[in-house]
Amino acid sequence: MAFVRKEFHHIFRDKMTMLILLVMPLLMLVLFGYALNTEVKNSKFAVYDPSHDEATRAIVEKLQINNYFILQKMLKSQAEVDAVFKTGEVAMVVVFSENFYENLLHGGKAQIQLIADGSDPNTASVITTYASTIMGNYQLELLKVGKIPYQIFPEVKLLYNPSMVAAYNFVPGVMGMIILLICAMMTSISIAREKETGTMEILLVSPMKPLYVILSKAVPYFFLSIVNLFTILAISVFVMGVPIAGSFFWLIILSLLYIFVSLALGLLISSVVNTQMAAMLISAMGLMMPVMLLSGMLFPTENMPLFLQLISDVIPAKWYILAVKKIMIKGLGAEAIILELIVLAVMAIALISISLRKFKIRLE
Amino acid sequence: MNQLETISADNVIVVRDLTKKFGNFTAVDHISFEVGKGEIFGFLGANGAGKTTAMRMLCGLSKQTSGQAWVAGFDIAKEAESIKKCIGYMSQKFALYEDLEVWENIRLYAGIYGVPDKEIAPKTDELLHRLGFEKERNALVKSLPLGWKQKLAFSVAIFHQPKIVFLDEPTGGVDPSTRRQFWELIYQAADQGITVFVTTHYMDEAEYCNRVTIMVDGRIDALDTPKNLKENFDAKNMDEVFHHLARNAKRND
Repeated sequence: MAFVRKEFHHIFRDKMTMLILLVMPLLMLVLFGYALNTEVKNSKFAVYDPSHDEATRAIVEKLQINNYFILQKMLKSQAEVDAVFKTGEVAMVVVFSENFYENLLHGGKAQIQLIADGSDPNTASVITTYASTIMGNYQLELLKVGKIPYQIFPEVKLLYNPSMVAAYNFVPGVMGMIILLICAMMTSISIAREKETGTMEILLVSPMKPLYVILSKAVPYFFLSIVNLFTILAISVFVMGVPIAGSFFWLIILSLLYIFVSLALGLLISSVVNTQMAAMLISAMGLMMPVMLLSGMLFPTENMPLFLQLISDVIPAKWYILAVKKIMIKGLGAEAIILELIVLAVMAIALISISLRKFKIRLE
Repeated sequence: MNQLETISADNVIVVRDLTKKFGNFTAVDHISFEVGKGEIFGFLGANGAGKTTAMRMLCGLSKQTSGQAWVAGFDIAKEAESIKKCIGYMSQKFALYEDLEVWENIRLYAGIYGVPDKEIAPKTDELLHRLGFEKERNALVKSLPLGWKQKLAFSVAIFHQPKIVFLDEPTGGVDPSTRRQFWELIYQAADQGITVFVTTHYMDEAEYCNRVTIMVDGRIDALDTPKNLKENFDAKNMDEVFHHLARNAKRND
């Protein structure tokens, strides 16, 4: 159909936008993959150990075996703790209480203090979590000494392979975001552009059905999103090493449904705005921000206050990301994502019917 | 009186008490007139007089508050889809796609109006030849000068041989000599039997029309040939006629 061809012309002739649309997924993957990586490796730490006994030595050794921590120096007094942080030599200081081993054996209670630099809260929380886990494992080992001494260690490694965990988290997130961005934002902008240039008026005067006008707008972005979907999947599988554990078929079905929801959202936006600027702002503020912050892409929704959780429930990206994680990472089958599929389908139907009703056949 | 009687074969547009209100504001206030086939019908008025609103109702872009109108024999309230097939429309922004080539714009609009594919190519060649645009066939529209875009937009609007073409201030922003060239195209179209309904606020253009209405504050204050209007108001040119009428206007822009 001539009209769909025209839409492709619009996109292909606008080289800049085209480039952005195709490169953006790559940039986002790189950005989230490397720049925002929460992985902490080779963190330097110092130890203040007044007891200097069997247990403390063992713990310090355990910390060092990992490639997460490097022992920078032993401190001689409590006062030195402040000093090492000020110079920035270390990211964490481990302080043992006096008579550590004895307290552990007799009282069953011994104190370790983990001090980290809170000015970088993310890193601080990650390294202290690592450290406490390692110590927790030592404690377990103490209890089970002689029986099954090495059983715990491999588990630690699996759980705390940070680059894997990070990629698992952000690949579904990036997919959810890119698709929403292209479908919702680009569709609404392109319709708003026709309103601005006055061509929309001509189209509405013509015998062409408004529905066709809108649908043919959506077609090229539909294809672009699919191209991007495969780019993201290819990179995450072959470069980032994130496997597609579950059914590829259902992953694609799920994604098509989500693309549909996003297109419907774009149409809805375009029916309420008249300028490209407004379309851009609404998409950026109304879609990007909530998706980044509330969809569970960067921050888990479980820890949010109830009302934010409720908001996150109406964000399509949240459901999509959840379902992608289930299929792609956990390798679950279609039956595991029935809820997500239903929610997305309901959203799609609701959005389409609202936007079709809102779309004005007559310009007022 | 039976309204339908007034739709004779000669009248392609019939308007009766057409009114459009936006809230308390009456943009178009009970206007009535007829336009004959092949006529060049000028619609004059200051900005905000209600010209564009009236035209948009006739094109089916806007719904009337009250009154009735028939375009090409179809009721604008009930048969907008039928009307759309037999009219052409050119807006103030003479909306062509700037990022499409000249021939692509022609093909697109021809396709939208259902011109058969076989006819599009020869008619496009003929059109480009007539306009002297052969070299610009593959040029992007954004590279053309304003006057050329307007000519092209007009030619695209009548490409499917509509019964009526609506032109909403088609010559905004160009000099009088380019306007005159544009009006030659309008005369050619009228010779082919296409009725031309044109809004403008350039008084020199009013002289080119067969008949002219002058809208003031949403009402039609005068409707006649330019010659009669000048005689009635004892004016040397249309400009004086217009100023005589517009003096009483309450709306300014």
